[in-house]
Amino acid sequence: MNLPETRPSADPATPRNAPATAGAPAPKPAGKAAKHRLEEWRGQAFVYLCVLLLVVIIFSIVVFIASRGLTPFVSQGVSVKEMLFGLEWAPEADHPMFGALPFLFGSFSTSLLAAIIAAPLGICAALFMTEMMPKLGKTILQPAIELLAGIPSVVYGFVGLSVIVPFLRHTFPGQGVGIMAGAIVLSVMILPTITTIATDALRSLPAGLKEGSYALGATRWQTIARIILPTTLPALLTGVVLGIARAFGEALAVQMVIGNAPHIPHSLFESATTLTSIITLSMGNTTTGSLHNNALWSLALILLLMTFLFVFIVRMLERRSKHA
Amino acid sequence: MKAKTVDRIMTGVIVGVAVLIIAVLAGLLGYLLVRGLRHISLDFLLSPPQTIKAGGGIGPQLFNSLFLLVLTMIITIPLGLGAGIYMSEYAKPNRLTAFIRLIVEVLSSFPSIVVGLFGLLVIVNMFGLGFSLFSGALALTVFNLPLMVRITEQSLRSVPREQKEAGLALGLSRWRTITSVLLPVAIPSIVTGTILAAGRVFGEAAALLFTAGMSSPRLDFSDWNPLHHTSPLNPFRPAETLAVHIWKINSEGLAPDAAQIAAGASAVLVITVLIFNLGARWLGRVLYRKLTASK
Repeated sequence: MNLPETRPSADPATPRNAPATAGAPAPKPAGKAAKHRLEEWRGQAFVYLCVLLLVVIIFSIVVFIASRGLTPFVSQGVSVKEMLFGLEWAPEADHPMFGALPFLFGSFSTSLLAAIIAAPLGICAALFMTEMMPKLGKTILQPAIELLAGIPSVVYGFVGLSVIVPFLRHTFPGQGVGIMAGAIVLSVMILPTITTIATDALRSLPAGLKEGSYALGATRWQTIARIILPTTLPALLTGVVLGIARAFGEALAVQMVIGNAPHIPHSLFESATTLTSIITLSMGNTTTGSLHNNALWSLALILLLMTFLFVFIVRMLERRSKHA
Repeated sequence: MKAKTVDRIMTGVIVGVAVLIIAVLAGLLGYLLVRGLRHISLDFLLSPPQTIKAGGGIGPQLFNSLFLLVLTMIITIPLGLGAGIYMSEYAKPNRLTAFIRLIVEVLSSFPSIVVGLFGLLVIVNMFGLGFSLFSGALALTVFNLPLMVRITEQSLRSVPREQKEAGLALGLSRWRTITSVLLPVAIPSIVTGTILAAGRVFGEAAALLFTAGMSSPRLDFSDWNPLHHTSPLNPFRPAETLAVHIWKINSEGLAPDAAQIAAGASAVLVITVLIFNLGARWLGRVLYRKLTASK
C-alpha cells in the first residue's frame, strides 16, 4: 500500500472539521503523524473491505447458483442436450421431461425483437439530440428518456396488460398475449439504454470529422449515414447489446403479457413463455431439493451464463470502438 | 437535388421518431394518471388490502416500500461510497483493478430475478432470515451496489485534480483529503445519483418476490416497538411492497376491483418515481450552490 508520507509539521487547514489545535505549534509531531496514519489506515481498511465484499458477493452468486443449477445434470440424470434442445417441459409427470427450448426461444425472440424495434428509434433519438436540435433535445427529449428509464417494470407490465394486449387482440388473430406483446413492452423499457449510450457515443465524436464532411458539400443525412454512423457503429452496437441483455433478464413485465404457455408458438400473437417467466411462476411452488426445483435453478444458471456472454460481447465491442 | 430530398425525408423521419418517443411517454403517463388518479383517495392510500372484497387499499404496501427503501439505502450508501472511493482514489491501474471493474460491470448486468434467487438461496434459507424486509433489503443492496459504486466513482473523478493536490500538499492524509475536500465537492452529484437509484429500488419487484415475500401480515400501526411481530417497524417480518402488490393483483388478484387497484397503485408508484426524479435534480442543484462557491 502506498501510504502518502504524512508530514506532521504542516498543520491541515481543512475547510471543515479543522482540528482544535490549528494554528498552535504542534507539541508532539510524532503523535500527530501516528494519528494521521491511523486515520488513513482506518479509511483504507474500510474501502478495501467494501471492495472485498463486492468480490465475495459476485463469487457467491456464481458458486451458489451453479452448485444448484448443475445438480440435475450431475446427479439427477438430466442431460444438457435434453435441457437445451428438448421441446417438452413436464417436470411433475411420471416420466419428467426438462426441455427448456421453448423458454430459450421465448427469451431470445422477445429480446431480439424488442431490440429490432428499439434500436432504430433509440439511434434516431440520439441523432436528434446531438445532430439536429441539441437544445430541444436537452430540454425535452433527454428528460423524457430519463423518465422512461425510471418507470418501474411492473408498471410497464400493467400498461402492457391493459393497453397493448387488448389492442393486439382486436387487431390481430389470437389472444393478444405473446411474443409481440412482450417485445413491444420490452422495446419501450430498453429504449433509454440504447439512446443514452448512442448519445454519449455521438457526442464524443470529434467535430472535425463532421465539419470535413459538411465542407465537402455533403448534406446532413449524407454526413450521418456515411461518416457518423459508420464511425460510431461499435459504440451503437454496445448500447443495443446492453439493451438486449436487459430485455433478456427482465422478468415481471414480460411474464405479465406473454401468456406463459410452455411451448414454441406458431405466431407472434400466440401465448409463449420465457426463462424468467417460468422461474418467477414456478419457483415458489416447488420444494427445495426436488428435481423440479433444481431444474429451475438450471434455468437461472442459463440466465447467469447469458449475462456473462453479454458482458463479454460488450467488452469486445468496446475494444473495437476504442481502436477505431 | 436528389441528395437534398433524401436529407429532407430523413430529417423528417428523425424528428418524427423524437415526437413519437415524447408521445409514448405522454400517453403512458397520461393513461396511468387518468386511470389511476380517479381511484386514489386518502382511504385508498391508508387502508389495508382486501383479498376477495372490493374497496381494498394499499396502506401496508406503501409503508413497506418506503421502509424497505430506507433500510436498503442505509446498507447501500456506506458500502457504495467505500467501494466507489476505492475505485476512484485508491485503485492503481493494474490487473486487479481491471478485474474489480469487470466485477462491478457483471454485477450491474445481472438480471434482478437472479439476484432475487441468490437472496432466496443464501439470505433467506442459509442465513435463516426467512422472507423478511431485512432479506429484501440485502438483496436490493446487491442489486443496487454497482450503481452506487459507479455514481460515487464518477462524482469523485469529476472533482478538479487541483483540489485534491491542494489537500495533499497541506499535509492531509489521503483519507482526510477524500473525506473533507473531495466528498463535499462531489456530494451534489452523489446525492442526485443516489436519489435516482432509490427510485429504482422503490419500483423493483423481481428481486423481492423470493426475499421480502409476497404476503403482508396484519400490521398494527399503533405498535411502534420494532421487536413486536405485528409492529410495522419490525424488519424481520415478511413484507409485500407496492411493486410486488401490483404484480400480484395483476396475475392472481381475486378482488372484483383488482384492475382499479392496480391502476391506482401504478399511479402512486409512477408519481413517487416522478417526485424522486424531480427532487433529485432540484436537491442536486441546491446542494451544489450551497457547498461550492459557484452560482
